[in-house]
Amino acid sequence: MAKVKLNVNGTDHEVEVADDQPLLWVLRDELKLVGTKFGCGLAQCGACTVHVNGTATRSCQFPAVGAVGTKITTIEGLAQNGVLTAVQKAWIDHDVPQCGYCQAGQIMSATALLRQKPNPTDADIDTFMAGNICRCGTYIRIRTAIKSAAKAMNGSAS
Amino acid sequence: MNAIVNTENEYYPPVILEQIAQMEKLERESMNPLAGPVSRRSFMKVSAGAGGGLILAFGFGMSEKAEAQAAAGAAPARPAGPPGPAFNPSAYVRIAPDGKVTLVSKNPEIGQGIKTAFGVILAEELDAKWSDVTIEQAPINSAVYGTQFAGGSLSIPSAYTTLRQAGAGARAMLVAAAAQQWGVPQSEITTSEGVVKHAGSNRSATYGELANAAAALPVPDVASLKLKDRKDFKLMGKRTTGFDNPGLVTGKGMFGVDVQLPNMKVAVFEKCPAVYGKVVSANLDEIRKLPGVVDAFILEGTGSIAEVIPGVAIVANNTWAAFSAKKKLKVVWDETNASKDSWTALSAQAEVARKSGAGAQELKKVGDVDAAFSGAKKTVEAYYTFGFVGHQPLEPQNTTAWYQKDPEGDKLELWAPVQIPDGARTLAAKVVGVAPTRSVLHQTRVGGGFGRRLSHEYACEAAAISKQAGGVPVKLMWTREDDLTHDIYRSGGFHAFKAGLDEKGRLTAWTGHVISFTDSAAPASAPAAPAAGGAPQAPRAPRAVAGGGWPSPNEFPAEYTPNYRLTQTLMPIKTPCGPWRAPTSNTTGWLVQSFMHELSVAAKRDHAEFLIEVFGQKQAPPPAAAGAGGGFGGGGLNPDRAKAVILAAVERSGYGKPLPKGHFHGLAFHFSHQGHFAEVAEVSVDKKKKVTLHKMTVVGDIGPIVNLSGAENQVQGCVVDALSTLALEVTIENGRIKEQNFDTYKIARMPVAPQVDVHFLDTNFPPTGVGEPAFPPAGPAICNAIYAATKERIRTMPITRQGFSIA
Repeated sequence: MAKVKLNVNGTDHEVEVADDQPLLWVLRDELKLVGTKFGCGLAQCGACTVHVNGTATRSCQFPAVGAVGTKITTIEGLAQNGVLTAVQKAWIDHDVPQCGYCQAGQIMSATALLRQKPNPTDADIDTFMAGNICRCGTYIRIRTAIKSAAKAMNGSAS
Repeated sequence: MNAIVNTENEYYPPVILEQIAQMEKLERESMNPLAGPVSRRSFMKVSAGAGGGLILAFGFGMSEKAEAQAAAGAAPARPAGPPGPAFNPSAYVRIAPDGKVTLVSKNPEIGQGIKTAFGVILAEELDAKWSDVTIEQAPINSAVYGTQFAGGSLSIPSAYTTLRQAGAGARAMLVAAAAQQWGVPQSEITTSEGVVKHAGSNRSATYGELANAAAALPVPDVASLKLKDRKDFKLMGKRTTGFDNPGLVTGKGMFGVDVQLPNMKVAVFEKCPAVYGKVVSANLDEIRKLPGVVDAFILEGTGSIAEVIPGVAIVANNTWAAFSAKKKLKVVWDETNASKDSWTALSAQAEVARKSGAGAQELKKVGDVDAAFSGAKKTVEAYYTFGFVGHQPLEPQNTTAWYQKDPEGDKLELWAPVQIPDGARTLAAKVVGVAPTRSVLHQTRVGGGFGRRLSHEYACEAAAISKQAGGVPVKLMWTREDDLTHDIYRSGGFHAFKAGLDEKGRLTAWTGHVISFTDSAAPASAPAAPAAGGAPQAPRAPRAVAGGGWPSPNEFPAEYTPNYRLTQTLMPIKTPCGPWRAPTSNTTGWLVQSFMHELSVAAKRDHAEFLIEVFGQKQAPPPAAAGAGGGFGGGGLNPDRAKAVILAAVERSGYGKPLPKGHFHGLAFHFSHQGHFAEVAEVSVDKKKKVTLHKMTVVGDIGPIVNLSGAENQVQGCVVDALSTLALEVTIENGRIKEQNFDTYKIARMPVAPQVDVHFLDTNFPPTGVGEPAFPPAGPAICNAIYAATKERIRTMPITRQGFSIA
């Protein structure tokens, strides 16, 4: 066990963690940030996706001690002062979720994708998003929502 | 039981029947002193809310005291009375003085979109402003809300009219209040967007302003309520985004796994990899010393797969401590009575049954098939096999349970993502010896259902662990490995077909031999509840596992073939099986609609034309029994509706017209859960037998659409799920499931998601749900397209056994 300082959504937290404790369980159990989900524990389903220094990271396989000194962003940290991001808005506009369990992970992946590629092609989306399972099969809407968010973001930037 | 769930239907999945029977029995036993005599009249009950405003409860046959409690927002237990009082669902409307409208949604939200759909129905008839509407999950209480259940695509058909009446009733009272205040006739008053208007005197008032006055008025008679004409719908049939979407996209904790209680511990539970194995010993002392571990113990369980089978529980301070300890757990299992099921052995056994046909039970016989075959111009035979699959909703099974000692009777409180909450509540209470009246369940949002959460053993396990741990609140978390190796699987099976065609290529004879499974070899599940009279039920003949066998002896094409015979052989297994999205129909549709295509190919006829001709061959009037055929839910296949969706799917997809090079079409129809669906797959297959589904055209007739966005989403999901499941299997050998996680159980991902063109026919048939009926035709449509592309017939699921894969 070690006491570490983690910066999550812009706030520093001092938490006691086991050496091998994945970031996911620090977020969920210690910081009560339950938006990040557990799906497989093997970095196979992407439900636990968060950003570590802006990079999409499967938090179920990422040791919390490895995140010391980084900036961690979770689904709870996307909207600023209650203003949703273009990706979050697109998810609502296109009514993407069914059960909704995977969608936090999908949104974190999509947000990271759009940061890398502001105008992703279908192939870019397929490749980047292939790490996130949606058991309900909302992939078609996720694709549409990502393109719609890209359009909104590019429009506001120009 | 009420009319929603027809327990007379012997084809209703036994798992659900048992749950319901158990629930009924326990509730009959729980004599609730608060309950008064049951009145059978329809009623609307109105009262002022605690903070003012209008509260309207609505239902049928509820007792006076239950009504009062309903209106007060309390959650009484079901009143005692004659066995099985006829309850219907009640909707529940609140209009606050500030104009906010609250609807209580009685059924679990499992991703089928019911919370939003119920809100849309109510708001439509109420003429509420959608932005004023809030939808809350109902407390779990069958006395107030009737059966609360997510399954069988039944939520919409069972609640549609009641919710419309509730909305119309509340609107009528607001109109009456305005008429009284303004001294004008009600007939001159209009409503729109939460505002009441009288054009003649140019007066208007908001619903909020009228709520207190409306609450003081007499309640309108249900029969007097005028429901809207469909042409006047403003919300229904349009696209409405999910009510919970803002919470979902910002990470609000709504699911079972998100439950947090003060002093809560996290538990894991290790069961024998071969189901029904017992614990001999475990390294409990070692486990108890591990960091963060609070306790570790053996649970003997009840022996029922529906409740608690033996295993080792570990209780820890947090999830990671529990998961880490579970990895170090060493258990010695006694596998004497454990499952030894083996797919290889069962396949060989099925092959023997198919060849000999000996001992097969006849389920249906029409005409003379033998004579018809000897007179046939051509006969076609085929043998199909399909493996077992898991449900694997993305939220692993979990429940938070708190068992508490109490001098007035021990209590149990549960927070759980379940599909039959009252079933889970009463079953878990029984397992820990708590009276059903002392057990409460808080329904959470459910991270995917697919039928998996019609079983509630994880809730029972959590309750048992909380009790044995001394009454601490415990969140039981299953790992993905637990979930995949201890699923209640979609049964595999085998089917031998033979059909005869005459000189014009018409279908004249059909035999089907269902080779499926029975759980008669498994240890007894929960003892059957006594019949209504209290007499013990006779032991029942072996029947197919839930979700296996055949939907009904009258399942298509039994009534559409002049000579027809259906037989069944059941082989005992211990692997637990249960309902899986469109239970039984999801495999029956694939079998029948794939073989149907074999026949049109053999007859050298256009498949659409052949299918439509078969639908014109209706032999007998529909069976009297509700629910016969087409998956549970009542009603029957309507050949005219079938033809209409097939023709529309052909038209929209361009079926039979030229496609891009290398692309091929496949068509299939299936009726289940009151939904008529025809689907056309556009597929290409490369040299390595990789199948790409480019597009699926789906035409459905499910009656009026409530929320178009939600309905389209369900259909898109059904297509992706069907594609995914074509290539999936859990491999069973020596009673064990080989696949442990998503690295080997490869659920479809983004790159394979096709374009899906969804179209609903505009009809006035009673509406049905759409979480299920779009699924069954998708698989055979894809397989029929694969045949068109390769001339190789898919007769196995997963298609990987024939060397195909999903690209």
